[in-house]
Amino acid sequence: MSHTGKTTASRPHWTEFFVESLIRVLGFSTIGFVLLIFVFLLREGLPIFFEVAPGNLFGALWYPTFNLYGTLPLILGSALVTVMAIAIALPLGVATAVFVREVAPHWTRELLKPMIEVLAGIPSVVLGFFGMILVAPIVREFLGVPTGLTAFSGALLLAYMALPTIISVAEDALDAVPKSYRDAGLAMGATQWQTIWRIVVPAARSGIVTAVMLGMGRAIGETMAVMMVTGNAGRMPLSLDSLFRPVRTMTATIAAEMGEVARDSTHYHALFGIGVILFILTFLINLAAATSIFKKRRKGGLR
Amino acid sequence: MNQKTLRRRLQPAVSTLPRMVPRHGSIYVHQMRVGPGPILLIAGLAVALACSLMACEPRQLGVQHGSIGAVQTIQNIGSDTLVNLALAWAEAYMQLHPEVRISVTGGGSGTGIAAMINGTVDIANASRDMKPEEISAARANGITPVEFVVARDAIAIIVHSTNPVSELTVRQISDIFTGKITNWRQVGGEIRPIVLLSRESNSGTYVYFLENVIRLGDSKSRLLFSPDTLLMPSSEGIGTEVRQNPNAIGYDGLGYVSGEEKVVAVAQDTNRPYVLPSVATVNDGSYPISRPLYMYTAGEPGGHIRAYLNWVLHDGQASVLLLGFVPLQ
Repeated sequence: MSHTGKTTASRPHWTEFFVESLIRVLGFSTIGFVLLIFVFLLREGLPIFFEVAPGNLFGALWYPTFNLYGTLPLILGSALVTVMAIAIALPLGVATAVFVREVAPHWTRELLKPMIEVLAGIPSVVLGFFGMILVAPIVREFLGVPTGLTAFSGALLLAYMALPTIISVAEDALDAVPKSYRDAGLAMGATQWQTIWRIVVPAARSGIVTAVMLGMGRAIGETMAVMMVTGNAGRMPLSLDSLFRPVRTMTATIAAEMGEVARDSTHYHALFGIGVILFILTFLINLAAATSIFKKRRKGGLR
Repeated sequence: MNQKTLRRRLQPAVSTLPRMVPRHGSIYVHQMRVGPGPILLIAGLAVALACSLMACEPRQLGVQHGSIGAVQTIQNIGSDTLVNLALAWAEAYMQLHPEVRISVTGGGSGTGIAAMINGTVDIANASRDMKPEEISAARANGITPVEFVVARDAIAIIVHSTNPVSELTVRQISDIFTGKITNWRQVGGEIRPIVLLSRESNSGTYVYFLENVIRLGDSKSRLLFSPDTLLMPSSEGIGTEVRQNPNAIGYDGLGYVSGEEKVVAVAQDTNRPYVLPSVATVNDGSYPISRPLYMYTAGEPGGHIRAYLNWVLHDGQASVLLLGFVPLQ
């Protein structure tokens, strides 16, 4: 930075100035775009909070064709699927990261890492189709539920989709734990398992929390696969067996209905209202992920 | 949406540069080297690029190549029930009239009608008639929609092939889909829970089924689909689940029923006979759940669109039967 300052002072390096401001503008524009999107969402979505009585808006019936805009089943549906997906993906993801980083020999590691990246590249519609044709019948037959298009099937697919994110971020976190920690553990007579479980994983904890948060952000926003396997029934997921019954998520609702609505109708505003709720939820999750990194850094700990 | 608008913008460009449209971009560039200057080259490349993005069919372009001055285009969007039939019509018509290009897209009746109201489409396909709100929205845009009945469709009630239930009255179907009847035993089947399958609410079939079956045609009725109804994003989704799941019941256009599901015979009420949907029973009015299929244009159509619709209403009716729909009489 100081170097740039000097050259600008001695000789007007216009190319450098140009590139520097270009990068700056691009950097700031990202923030600008997010803000603009949020403003747009609010502009299109806020009217719903005035057009529809709160009792209706947070009621249990989502029949937009008949002016029933109860978003509660959709919010709970998204929450159920996402939480379940993370419950499945967290142990698998962390275990995989530990294996890849701590246990696997070098060549296995070099083979596994790109393959995990490939996992992230599978289009969600392909996974959704796979879920509809293969996962749903298996879920129905093994669990003896009326239909295989359930919250659980959706959670399975979402867990699979969140896995690459969780594995790579958790692996980076483990990577950042200094070798001296492991050496110290082993020197104290701990086994490799004890070193991993009692020293390395706790030291990388905040990074793992970030990984989970990012995975969750990915899961809650996922649309296509969820729409294809969760059955999209707008029922309240409150009973104990809800996990094994169909649910309707916020994203699937927006995707399925946005193509049809007349602009500026109540239904249109309601879909954007759901968008606002989704945006705020995702934002909060990402914020939580960011603060967990930040807090640890301030304490002078490891990422 | 992007693709649709892009394609629209592309069409005039193609029609003014008919001889320049290549089979492949590479051949085209080769032609251009001997031809006009760089501006045209850029314009042409843009067309070629847009063309490849759009997956233009070289076959059709080849037909136009050098033979015809202007290409007439018809944009046709709407009902997923109608999309296969509309495609078959479009293909047959383009064979007869190579100067006309018809692009057919699905998306649902509401989508097609909305596009027609916004003036982005020439013909909207719909499996229901236009709602009063839609007509007033069109009027507000200065558009008077014109309706054409182009074929008829029957809605088939489908269940898993092993389901012993083979006859239902309209009232029983209504009770099943509102959640009043929840077990197959209650309609004479095995002891199994009933899983309800429906199209999404943007489907014309959904609205038709709700008004004419669930509400039994009573406009004062406030009955709704049970909240437990699974809303499937496509006809294919319903078919897949019904084929796999012995608990399932779904409804779909007769044109979309394959041989692998079991079609249930339906009676208007217990005093009338149970009838299976077929071309004959829809035409003689004995099958209770059937409906007309529509095409809408923005105002009285003229020129090539009028000619196409005339063909659809007469010679085109031959293809209707082949696709499992019911031709006009």
